[in-house]
Parts: sequence; C-alpha cells; structure tokens
Amino acid sequence: MARDAIRFWRNGQPIEVSGFHPRTTLLDYLRLQERRVGTKEGCAEGDCGACTVALGRVWDGRVRYEPVNACILLLGQIDGAELVTVEDLAASGELHPVQSAMVAHHGSQCGFCTPGIVMSLFTLYHEDPQPLSRERINDALAGNLCRCTGYRPIVDAALDACASSPQDAFAQAGEATARALAELVDRQDVFIGCEARFFAAPASEASLSSLYAQHPDATLVAGCTDVGLWITKGMAELEKIIWLGRVAGLDRIEDGEDALTIGATVTHAEAFRRLGAIDPDLGELMRRFGSAQVRASGTVGGNIANGSPIGDLAPALIALGSTLELRQGESMRVLPLEDFFIAYRKQDRLPGEFVRRVAVPKLKGREAFRAYKVSKRFDEDISAVMGAFKFTLEGRRILEARIAFGGMAGIPKRASETEAALAGISLDDPSAWGDAMAAIARDYQPLDDHRASAAYRSTVARNLVLKALSETASGETRATRIIGLREALEAAE
Amino acid sequence: MNAPTKPIEAETLRHVRQPLPHDSGPKHVQGVAQYIDDIREPEGTLHVAIGQAPKARGRLVSLDVSAVRSMPGVVAVLTVADIPGKNDVSPAFGDDPLFVDSEISFLGQAVFAVVATSRDIARRAVKKAVMEIESETPSITVEDALARGETVLPDYAYGRGDVDAAVAGAPRRLEGRFRVGGQEHFYLEGQVAFAIPGEDGDIHVYSSTQHPTEVQHVVARVLDIPDSYVTCETRRMGGGFGGKESQATQWAVTASLAARVTGRPCKIRLDRDDDFILTGKRHDFRCDWRVGFDEEGRIQGYGVDLLARCGYSADLSAGVVDRAMFHADNAYWMPAVHIASKRLKTNTVSNTAFRGFGGPQGMLAIEHVMDQIAWATGRDPLDVRYANFYRPGENLTPYGMEVEETDTLHNLVRTLEETSRYRMRREEIAAFNASSPIMKRGIALTPVKFGISFTLTHMNQAGALVHVYQDGSVHLNHGGTEMGQGLYIKVAQVVAEEFGIAMERVRITATTTAKVPNTSPTAASSGSDLNGMAAKIAAGAIKRRMIAHAAETYGVPEDQITFRDDRVFIGNESIPFDELAKKCILARVRLSEAGHYKTPKITWDRQKGTGRPFFYFAYGAACSEVIVDTLTGENRLLRTDILHDVGRSINPAIDIGQIEGGFVQGMGWLTTEELVFGEDGHLLTHAPSTYKIPVASDVPADFRVALYPNTNREETIYRSKAVGEPPIMLANSVFCALADAIHSLDPSRPVPLNAPATPEAILRACEALRGRPMG
Repeated sequence: MARDAIRFWRNGQPIEVSGFHPRTTLLDYLRLQERRVGTKEGCAEGDCGACTVALGRVWDGRVRYEPVNACILLLGQIDGAELVTVEDLAASGELHPVQSAMVAHHGSQCGFCTPGIVMSLFTLYHEDPQPLSRERINDALAGNLCRCTGYRPIVDAALDACASSPQDAFAQAGEATARALAELVDRQDVFIGCEARFFAAPASEASLSSLYAQHPDATLVAGCTDVGLWITKGMAELEKIIWLGRVAGLDRIEDGEDALTIGATVTHAEAFRRLGAIDPDLGELMRRFGSAQVRASGTVGGNIANGSPIGDLAPALIALGSTLELRQGESMRVLPLEDFFIAYRKQDRLPGEFVRRVAVPKLKGREAFRAYKVSKRFDEDISAVMGAFKFTLEGRRILEARIAFGGMAGIPKRASETEAALAGISLDDPSAWGDAMAAIARDYQPLDDHRASAAYRSTVARNLVLKALSETASGETRATRIIGLREALEAAE
Repeated sequence: MNAPTKPIEAETLRHVRQPLPHDSGPKHVQGVAQYIDDIREPEGTLHVAIGQAPKARGRLVSLDVSAVRSMPGVVAVLTVADIPGKNDVSPAFGDDPLFVDSEISFLGQAVFAVVATSRDIARRAVKKAVMEIESETPSITVEDALARGETVLPDYAYGRGDVDAAVAGAPRRLEGRFRVGGQEHFYLEGQVAFAIPGEDGDIHVYSSTQHPTEVQHVVARVLDIPDSYVTCETRRMGGGFGGKESQATQWAVTASLAARVTGRPCKIRLDRDDDFILTGKRHDFRCDWRVGFDEEGRIQGYGVDLLARCGYSADLSAGVVDRAMFHADNAYWMPAVHIASKRLKTNTVSNTAFRGFGGPQGMLAIEHVMDQIAWATGRDPLDVRYANFYRPGENLTPYGMEVEETDTLHNLVRTLEETSRYRMRREEIAAFNASSPIMKRGIALTPVKFGISFTLTHMNQAGALVHVYQDGSVHLNHGGTEMGQGLYIKVAQVVAEEFGIAMERVRITATTTAKVPNTSPTAASSGSDLNGMAAKIAAGAIKRRMIAHAAETYGVPEDQITFRDDRVFIGNESIPFDELAKKCILARVRLSEAGHYKTPKITWDRQKGTGRPFFYFAYGAACSEVIVDTLTGENRLLRTDILHDVGRSINPAIDIGQIEGGFVQGMGWLTTEELVFGEDGHLLTHAPSTYKIPVASDVPADFRVALYPNTNREETIYRSKAVGEPPIMLANSVFCALADAIHSLDPSRPVPLNAPATPEAILRACEALRGRPMG
C-alpha cells in the first residue's frame, strides 16, 4: 500500500502534507501555504541562493544539514528530512550565533539575500569541525549572491561564528532529531495524486521500473536542479513526476579497486570526495560544480541523463572511460558514456528506461589526468569550454590519449583527431605538440553563443592541449594555473 | 599617513560618527524584515503578469486575448484601451507607454497585462495571447543607431579652446575607440508593487521604488486622478542601485490600474528573467577619443565623443549622459577639451540610472586614455596621472566649475601609493612576469573625483517630518528611501543626536508620499546630504521651541539649556526629555515639524555649458593587483587597497559597506558582467545562470579599505561627504591592472582591451599582443 502523503520534521514536530500539485516547489509551499515569508525568491532558478533552506538527514547516525535552493526543489523531495528555515534559528528572542555575527559584522545591507546567506552559514556552522578557511567559506557561499556588501563582512561573520563546534539548539536536539528522522523512514512507495497527475517516490527499483513502464510520459526527477527550471521558467505543464530519491540502492556508491560506481541518485556533494580521490582535478571540478546548494540536490546520474551540451562533469568522465548502466523494466544494458550522447539534448535512452549507475574507472599508475573548466566566473558558473585529458604514458612518451571536451559541440564529445595526433609523441619535445594543438580545429567546430564566441572556444581548446601537455611534462601546475593548483590540492589530501 | 588638509576640531557626539549597525540588521537575519511580497495579502488579492512583445521593432497589427480571457482564474486582461488617463509612464519625456498601442520598440515590451487569482495562472495565461506584428529590422547596436541616425534626445557638447589645433600641435598624438559595457542592476529583490484600492478612486500603492513621488504622480497621470488620491509607500527595497529610480514606476502603475479595473488588491512581482528583459540597465558607450600630449604625458588637448546606447526611449538618458560628460575629465586638467555626446536610440529596453549615473563610463574612458599615454611614452601610468591632476591655477573643469579642493586628491593618492607599496610591487611584478611566460601580473592605481549633487538643480531638495510624542519617543519620516544603503539609520543618528536621546527613542518609519510630499528620488548619492539636513532642520526647530519653553518656565537663559543623555539640562538642574515633552504639550507648544532643505551654491546653465553643477567633489583611489592566465584569459584579483574620502563620516561602518560593496559591484561591471543581445533584440543573458555578478571568491583575499581623514569644506550634514556612487569607480583600478598585465606580453604595443574584461576579451587582447589575432 503506497503512502499518500509526504512526512517531514519541522520545529520538533512531524508534518504530513498530501494533496499537493506534483510540481509545487518547496518555496511556494513555504511562502504561499505555510505563509512563512522569511525565505525569499531572488531568481527562481537556483542561482542566487536567496531561497536557501537547510535540510537535515541522518548520515552515519548523525543529523547532517545541507543547504538547498527551495525555489527549484519540489515539496515532495523533502520527504524524510528535517526542514529548517530562517525563522527557526532564533530561540526565545536570542539570535543564533550566525545571525548575531552577521549583525555585528554589518553583513546585511538591503537584507534580501540575507536569509539565504544565514541558512548557508547555518549549514557551515553544523559542518564537522575542521580548520575554517576563507576559501572554505567562499565555497559555502558560492551559491549565494549578494549585490550590496561585497561579501567581506559576510565572510568575516562566518569566520567569527562557524569556526567552533556547533552548540545551538539544533546540535543539542541532534540525537532526538536523528531518532525522529529514523522513524520517518519506511520502505513504502509514496504516491500522491491520481493516475493523471501524481507525485510518486517509489521505494524500490522494482516499483520504479513498473511505475515508469506504466507511465513512460512521466518526468523522472533526481535532484530537480534542472527540471525545476522547466517548471519555474518554462512553465512546463508537468503532471506526472517520479522522484528517484527514495529508490533503495540507487543512492549507493561502490568504491572498488578498479572503478568507482556511482548510483543514479548519488548527489554531487556525496560523490565529491570519492571523485576527488581519483584525481585532484576531478575534485576541483566538483568543488566548482554549481554551488553547495546545487551539489546537495543535484545528482551525478541526473547530470548525465539530462544530456546538457555543456555538462561540466561528462567530459571528465568520458576521458576517464566511464560506462553507463541503464534499465528498462527488467532489461539492463551498459554502454560507454560517450555513446549515450547522440545529439543536442538527445540521448540514447528508450521510453521507460532510466539511468541506473555510472562506473568511473580509476587511474592506473601510468595514467595522467588533467581537467580544465574555463568559465566567465570561477565559481557557480557553467563552462564556456570544459576539457579533460587522460594520457597513458610509457616513460616520457604518450602511448594513448583520451580527450573529451564540453562546450565545443552540441554534446560532450571525444577529440579523436587530437587523440590520434598525440599518440606516440614525447613529453620532452614541445616542438612536436603543435600538430596535436592544430588537430583540435578538425575535431570541433564550436558555435558562438552568449557564453563565448567560437573563436574563443577554439583558441582556448587549443591552448588547453598545450597546458595539459606542459603540466604533464613538468609535473607542476604552479606556472600554469591561477586556482586549483595540484600541488596545493595534493598537499591538502 | 599624511595630515588631513584641515585640522578636525574636537567634538562630543553620542551617535553621529558611531559605527552603528543597520537598523534592520536583526530583522534581516531572522527573515522578519518585510518586503512588499511579504505583506500579508487581503483576501481576494489578484496577481498580474505582463504580456510581452515578441519582436523588437514593428507595428502591432492585432492582439487576440480571447484565449487568455477564457483561462480559468483570469479575472481581467488589461490593454491600452483600459487606460483612463495618459498611456505614459515616463519620468519626463512622454515616450514610455504603459502598454504598446501600435508601435513596438523593443523585444519584451509590455503589450498587455493579465490579472488572475494566482501568479502562476497569470504567468501561464499571458502565453496564450496571439499577436500579429509587422516587424522591421531592429537597431541593436551603437552602429545600427548611427546608421539610422536615430536618437532619443538631441546631441550635446561643450568644451574650451581649439582641441583639434591643440591635438595637432602636441608633440604626441593618439586616437582610439573604446567600448564600455552596460550592466544589469541585479537587485536581489526584483521589481514588485502592490496596490490596494480605496474609496472614491483612492489608490494606496506599495512600491519597491527609489522615487515614491514619481510613482504617485505617474499613477495619478495614468488613472486620470489627482495626485492627492494616490499614496505611495516604501519601507525598504531589496536593493535598488538606480534600477528602481524611474523603472519601478511602470509596475506600480500596472498594479494600480489592475486595482482600479477590478476593484481588488493587485500585486505584480516580475519573474527574474522578465525583470532582466523588461527593465533598463547601465548605458553602454562607444567612446571615440583623441588626445595630444607632451613627452611627460601631460595632456594638451582631449576630445571625446560619448556615444551612448540609450535603448528605445529617453528615460533618464539626459542626465545619465550629461554625467558621463561631467566625468570625462575625472581628475585631470585639460587645457583644450571638447566633450560631445549622442543619445542613440536602439530597439532595446530603455537604459536607465545605475549607481554612478553615466559617471563611471565617462571616467573609465579617460583612465583608459591615461594608460594609452603611459604605453606610448613608456612612463609609469601613475606618473602620467600625477602629471595631469588638477592643481592650483589649472583647476577649471571642462564645464567651467572650479575644483577648489585640489590638494585632497593629490595627498590621498600619494598616501595610497605609499601604503599600498605601489612602486615596490611594480618592480616585484616586473620580475615575476620576466620569469613567467603564461601567468602575468598587473597593477594599477587609479583616482576618483566624483561630483555630488543632482545636475538638475531643482532636484536638490528634501523634506522630513519629525514628531515628538508625550512619552519622549520620536517619529521620524523623510523623503529618502532605504535600499540597503543605511540612509534610515544615518538620518536617525542625526535626529537622536539633535535631541540628545537614545537611538531607541527614534522610530524610523516607512517613506510615504502622504507624510513628506514632492520629494526627489533617492539617487545621486544625495540621500544623507539632503534628508539628513532636512531632518536636522525639523528636529532643530522642535528643539528650539522646547528650549524656549524651558527657558521661560525655569527662567534660565536659552544658551544654558542643553539636550544630552536623554535629559534636558536647564541651568543647574535637569529633567528627563520626555518630561519636557509633556510640559510642552500642556503648554500648547507644537512638537511636530516638517523640515525642508535645499542645497546651496549650485548653478548650471546647460545651454551655455557652464556653471557649478556640483556642491562638492568626493574623492578616492584604489590600487589593484591581478593575475592573468594568458592561455585562457582567466584572471583573479589578488589584492586591492582603497583610500576613500567620505569627509567626516556619520557612520563609518555604513560608509565602509558602501565603499566595499560599490567597489565589488564596479569590479563585476568591468570583468564578468556581460550583457549579450542577439541580432533580433533578444537579451541572451537574462538570468543569473548566464549573467555573472561577483561571488564571494571574486573578492580579493587581501582587501584593505580605509577612510581618508578629511572634512567637507562645504557645510554638509556633520561635514560628511556622499558615498553611494563614488566607490563604483574605484574598480577602474581592476580594469587598468588587467590591461597592465596583458601589456607585459609586449610593452611596445597598446592593449586593445574593452570593458567588460571577460576572459574572452582578455584572451583576445593577449592574442593581439602576440600578433596572432583571434578569430
């Protein structure tokens, strides 16, 4: 028997909500139904962070708070979580430590971004004790735009409030909350609505595949960081939504000796460290992926299944030789990731078929990996050009190159001409690199768009070949990078 | 640090000069500060969405809204036929229709509005309209407009001497074309208005506006009712930056018209993407310049044509482009000078006020020219700037105003040069660049001189309303609006100081046209100067009456009565402030006053192009260091040192917030913020996903901001100086530092870098210096 309501924890109470329209966003629920208007709508597309709220879920027996953009999160997706909004932080007239630090450091001017910033800092406040650096705070704030302050006072407030271990009411209630959240967990499918209009959250792969087979016109949602925009911007009339977030097993990460296997609903936040362990450049790419809010909701599987032509992650995974596993009803198949992308926004996915998991091979001793994301802004931006390189070396010679670029074609695509030109060349002979750099022009005919011109993309792609080769040759990145220096990332490991 | 230009006298002040937090700070952080969309809606409130023109230029042949009307939940569809008064929401020139009548002027222009029971229904319903349009090729760029010869206002120029002769006769000559991009305001709270109909056709409209008076007037104009029937109220905005000076009006009028037609409360809140598309931005400019100079880099003649892309209507372009002209000299003496301007008409949204109001664009052009002179002469760019600073005897601006305070900027820049270690770091950077083929560093120290006053003289006035109640609490109201800049707390500090009472006694209240009428917009950095003075005048008048009453009652001379520590000291005794207030009421002494202030000394004859448009100048300087990846154009700001002149600060915490925030906003304008219009007039960067304002990590990790110890030689409120706009232009140092880094690739060539210096623009310039032009 399916459950016909979602259940979540709020202000120390269990809440059940049913009968809502499947595309109701969490922000609309807060502002229009709960009439709690502290959480703001700044952009309704998950880029400004004014709507940031915290979701608490249990990990390893403890409640962990993550920031999410309420504007593009569906109400149904908070099932099983604790929901914390800006109104909940002050207790009996006393400001929360992040709130009082924000006031004391003059961290608000117009105040409209402030609730979201307070909530992002609230989740940082609850992070495991760690040395709190300015860089860590900048990462935590990358998804919160402020147009007034210039951020300096906000970062100072964070340094002040978030450096010590949490002692607020949420920390004190931690164990009780963990127990309460555990009680919300059941293995029941959730189905809210009717056959023509529903929000469903199946609990097993079996339920998912049969439901999706019955409703191949339904929209699958993992993190909703992209589908959310179809709703808020495209005004898409989505009537049937299947959320994958409760499907048992799809959230699994298998960290094998040869490969990292990432289930379809594993969020970027969860995959972050495991991917970073494969190569520091992959970790840096994940650090710059969207924002903390987007990484906490968005999934690796969704980013692939969605087939964005840019998809910052896909080129890196293709260069590493990743494979994708799909399921339709009872039948499963595995294909190389690059073969999944057919044309702009068109993927090799059959009706009723869903992405099950992606397997990312780990680097072997003789393999070198480099990834470069080139965007207008370092943080919370989509790449104009995304290049990833895997070189299999024999001594100082490249035996084989696997290269993939994003932003250079309608899909993430291998650079086969360049790969061929690199086979056999020496890392010690830069004069031989020119052919490979020139080959990029045969691999890609990029387009002009609002992110970059074709000329820029081609020039950057060519220069990235040079950069990857010189870095592999020297083993250093100090003289070739502004951020994401491998020396620093490796030292931090 | 050098000594300030004038000794600062000792003073005993309790609130003024204190770094008090923003009055709404505790409310902001708890989410209880109320913005317009947070106001609890009365039952039956309706929601409005805008039907937009799908073409940029042409004629609306027919509009079929039958499918819109028949959608469940739609209550009304408003078109030009529903307007009782004038179809005009413009601030001055009558060229901004509320709804398209026939002529379509830009893509997205409002054609009609849907009023529905929910915002969601209204937004869905607008898509169901069918429009037939005879479209024409639109003008999108400066060049398109020049080719058609279309302008929104007449050309304007002034200058002195024979520039052509001066340039021709100079030992060195350069000329060039420099482009400066526009900028989206990206206030975090989008445009919003909420109108509630009253009796007899009254309208009470809550508007997120910097100019409640204009909203009031235009609502009345469009609804064909007297101004007195309309009240506009603004407690706070979630950011303004000029974007809500004239362009909040249309939405307030739309909500008011909907309320009039339906008889129900109506709200409009633009979706972020619609806000981008429907509201104007900072003007982008093409600056065609020519300069003659000597071997020292001293300018002998400078001519510039400032070609502004105004969009489809005049809006505030008269003043914006004038201010670009007023700052085309920045801080530099020009013996012969000619500053010309064109206000070009394009089929794009009408560009509007944006912090600096044209000043930044005019100023960046001359800073670019300073760099060009430095590159040509091989002199340090800072030395070229010093060589050209206004100095005694060479202190007349191109518009005939004397720069009286010539020493301030010179001393300020010298100080910053030392504290930032500019010279040593330049050497270190040269050494770094010599050994780094890919990564290049650059540094620049640039000055700011910014004129303070509205250049339309009559706008330099303000009103305030102060009441003292019997319990000693004080009601404060004035014409200025709060958009986050801290105006309300600054004015409250002034009033609390005047009465010698605790801040808690002063109740800050929402700006409303019903309390203080006929106000100017909160703009031109003038908020504190004007409203602070008006409030001081009002409070001072009440205080004088209280003193007179106390003097009479206690038989003590007036000069022996003082207000401090919430008490009134009368000769040898003292009584609580509220006790005197009570006594005054019993004695029928009026404890309410409307204060009015007008800025002295200013005159401006636009016809003759001469006068004193500014009461005074605010100064500042910044030194920025960057690193550039010459393979990709990626870059980072490593360190910025700022020294800024706010006179004697009323609230240093608030002022530093304006300086830092302004600098970062300016940095965004000149680096990552790029507006891209398609050939058909579509704005392609219409959301934060594609339009990139600075995030936390873009702020330099080493960011040193200090206030320059100075006073205002003019009698301003507590001798402070305006601070809202000038800091934007401190970011010119970032642009010039990026150019400096690129210049190291080939010091024999000028750097062809336009603003914004996106990674693409930077790489393009790098490739040009390497002699292999990019695509």
